[in-house]
Amino acid sequence: MSAKEKTEKTETRPKSEKNRSQAFWQSLLVPVLAVFTGLVLGGIVIAATDKGVAAAFGNFSANPVGIFPAIWKAVATAYGALFYGSLGSPREIIEGLRVYRSSGDMALLLKAIYPFTESLVTATPYIFAGLAVALGFRCGLFNIGAEGQFFMGALGSAFVGYSLIGLPWFIHLPLAILGGAVAGAVWGAIPGYLKAKFGAHEVVNTIMMNWIAFRLSDWLLTGPMKASGFRPVTPTIQRAAELPRFFPDPLRFNWGFILALLVAWLVYWFLFKTTLGFEIRAVGANPDGAKYAGMSVTRNFVLVMTLSGALAGLAGASQVLGVDHWVGQGFSAGYGFDSIALALLGKSHPLGVVLSALLFGVLRSGATRMQSLAGIPIDIISIIQGLVIIFVAAPAIIRWIFRIRVSEQETVLTRGWGK
Amino acid sequence: MPPVLQLKGITKAFPGVLANDHIDLELNEGEIHCLLGENGAGKTTLMNILYGLYKPDAGEIYVRGQKAEIENPNDAIQRGIGMVHQHFMLVPVMTVTENVMLGVEEKRNGVFLDRAKVAARIREISHDYGLEVDPDAYIKDLPVGIQQRVEIIKVLYRQADILILDEPTAVLTPQEVEGLFKILRSLVAKGKSLIFITHKLKEVMALADRITVLRLGRTVGTVTPSEVTPERLASMMVGREVNLTVSKKPPKVGDVALEVKDLYVEDERHQVAVRGLSLDVRAGEVLGIAGVQGNGQTQLVYALTGLAPVLSGEIRILGKPVRKPTPRKILELGVGHVPEDRQRHGLILSFPIHDNMVLCTYYQAPFARGINLQEKVIVANAETLAKQFDVRTPNVFVPASSLSGGNQQKVIVAREFSRPIKLLIASQPTRGLDVGSIEYIHSRIIEKRDEGAAVLVVSSELDEILALSDRIAVMYRGQIVDIVPAAQASKEYLGLLMAGISPADAAKSVAPVAAGEVERVF
Repeated sequence: MSAKEKTEKTETRPKSEKNRSQAFWQSLLVPVLAVFTGLVLGGIVIAATDKGVAAAFGNFSANPVGIFPAIWKAVATAYGALFYGSLGSPREIIEGLRVYRSSGDMALLLKAIYPFTESLVTATPYIFAGLAVALGFRCGLFNIGAEGQFFMGALGSAFVGYSLIGLPWFIHLPLAILGGAVAGAVWGAIPGYLKAKFGAHEVVNTIMMNWIAFRLSDWLLTGPMKASGFRPVTPTIQRAAELPRFFPDPLRFNWGFILALLVAWLVYWFLFKTTLGFEIRAVGANPDGAKYAGMSVTRNFVLVMTLSGALAGLAGASQVLGVDHWVGQGFSAGYGFDSIALALLGKSHPLGVVLSALLFGVLRSGATRMQSLAGIPIDIISIIQGLVIIFVAAPAIIRWIFRIRVSEQETVLTRGWGK
Repeated sequence: MPPVLQLKGITKAFPGVLANDHIDLELNEGEIHCLLGENGAGKTTLMNILYGLYKPDAGEIYVRGQKAEIENPNDAIQRGIGMVHQHFMLVPVMTVTENVMLGVEEKRNGVFLDRAKVAARIREISHDYGLEVDPDAYIKDLPVGIQQRVEIIKVLYRQADILILDEPTAVLTPQEVEGLFKILRSLVAKGKSLIFITHKLKEVMALADRITVLRLGRTVGTVTPSEVTPERLASMMVGREVNLTVSKKPPKVGDVALEVKDLYVEDERHQVAVRGLSLDVRAGEVLGIAGVQGNGQTQLVYALTGLAPVLSGEIRILGKPVRKPTPRKILELGVGHVPEDRQRHGLILSFPIHDNMVLCTYYQAPFARGINLQEKVIVANAETLAKQFDVRTPNVFVPASSLSGGNQQKVIVAREFSRPIKLLIASQPTRGLDVGSIEYIHSRIIEKRDEGAAVLVVSSELDEILALSDRIAVMYRGQIVDIVPAAQASKEYLGLLMAGISPADAAKSVAPVAAGEVERVF
């Protein structure tokens, strides 16, 4: 190798790595700004619906400056409660640590970290379900059926969890998790197969599968899977099938979260480091090109819908085995639907999904506290979530608000053949 | 008298590229001015500026001696500048009249469309310039050559006297090209002025009054055809000496590598596109398939490479019958495929170059161990191939979409040619590429043939077929109408066959075999 070639090599390498890390930060830009803008607009909605602000406006002619402290108070109280309710107070956590150190009494510490652990508990099914939708997106499939697959996963794991008795935990727990994954996988595989075989659109079919899952669960919960008693719920699962919790009650933080991180890493490895993932991404990016390269587009459709269903099923399983320990009607709270938004926000990347899931966990679990402390309706969080998603789905808005330059590719109006 | 159009010091930068760097151009009244340059030389950018689609960073435009600020296409049209786009902007389900009046609708009583008036005006224009068109015909029923006339009429209807034609011959048969040139000459005879954008040297030599050559965003020079040779023009375009003729040794023909018997294939709309086609290609030879686009060539290649199902008939590759071919099965037999549509089939544009280089072999050793992709091997492979096949890119991590067309094609060629292939199927291998890339890809194809591979080349560029092939088959309406040895084939004869004239009738007007040595310039 000549000297010239050598210098060229050493020059190009760092540059390409710089490009890559630059691209990484750039890809974070829009989601972060979208969240920020969503919170700002959410603040406006909070202020606009606040009684104190309305009163200050009523007094506008007498004291025009008075509206600003009123607005500040409304927004600060609301978001203060939101983040206190989801992250806890640093002061209380330090105090709790101090007491634990000096006396060995954990009670105060546990109380202080409770809000944060609850956020992680909420984030857990979000991670699984978000991965499910993200995996679909990577293959060009829009899995709207995560909600139904979530239900089936929950019922599957619950059934394994309560019907088998006397197994040791290291057999029962994996079986119960598997039960959830398989039930979800079946629910995902059906629309996948229908698409591959008959070209039936997965959006329509996954929506229909949702309805079937809802009504099927209604029947199961009032019939075959109903526990004795009045309420339409399943029996409580065996102790051996529970995902172990890290702390005593009422802290519900459990191994499900660790499992979720593990699965996220697994999905990352699968998508970006294996030949199967290579195919999936190729089919998603350009099905014609994938077909030309000898890949089976339809086989990948079925594979991805099955895996996607399994991941959504795991979301249900983690909720049942780690948190609720039984399944009742209306049990999902929209995890499956939120996960679509979440996958979009996370740009269908496992790491992005984990981060978005944590954000959604924080917002969702903080919202309850915000309602009780500041009297702000929980629905404001749905509004913020909605705004964030709109901004992520239409990045042009964010670019316009923050005057971000569009990348060179998009400025081209007409193209020659070659370009 | 001042020139009709004058561009002075036009400069336009895009992030990372200076697309136009102080370009000067003058167009005289009644002149055909050819704008010649490789892809990426800045021709299209310059014309988009002139047509108001881009705003120049610097420079001035004068129309008939007056400084003009052209903000958008409407400004351009008002100043009498009209553009005939490379890809037609016509609505297929509407008539010629409706297409012509689209956007400048003529109305009766303010609400009703006055088709009759427009049709009369179209007849007038047709008559004046020799553009025979039926105003009441539907666009979808018209052949490509006539559709192009409609595009020209559209521009004339808007009273343009400066016409920009962007690579207008790309989709035409040799005879249609002649027809177009006749029309263009009659346009300038009536005082219109034309800018003709192309990268085909022969057309320039035949048509131009003056030629301006662009390279890398700069004006290389303005010349007249009498001053230059095609070789000189090519080296002006590329910036170095270019070999325009494909030099090749006589073929060393071996066994039959591809055998097709009585093949029937449907297109995507379930119309039979290939009807009873038979051919064979031997190792060490190039069989070229000539024909106007849309005569079943695409479906033939799809069927041979497993992208479309075979309706009936037989395909044998290297002696083995191929039943129910899938792309992978065919690939693994040792077939390389340079697809017609490089962006649709040939590449995953959002994937980095290194992944595109293993698009067909990612699952094989050494690129994968089990299901684990060997990223280091894949990147090293791409770096070697990029160097070997002269892919111009900052590194192999950039997405394929960021490459120019020529370099995208080189990625495909590198991928397909670096495998041990025994049969190469190349469809429109140099479409839209610049002279430098064409020269390169042609020499690589001949190299493969000399290594003993059988090569099937499909191209709608007759010159390309003539330059590469050892035998030439002409395809018309899904069938091979005739196969002639390439060395002496007459272009006129092939042109007639491409237009659907039967071999017997065509032979009556021109000899199938040209007398003496034939120049093969592409």
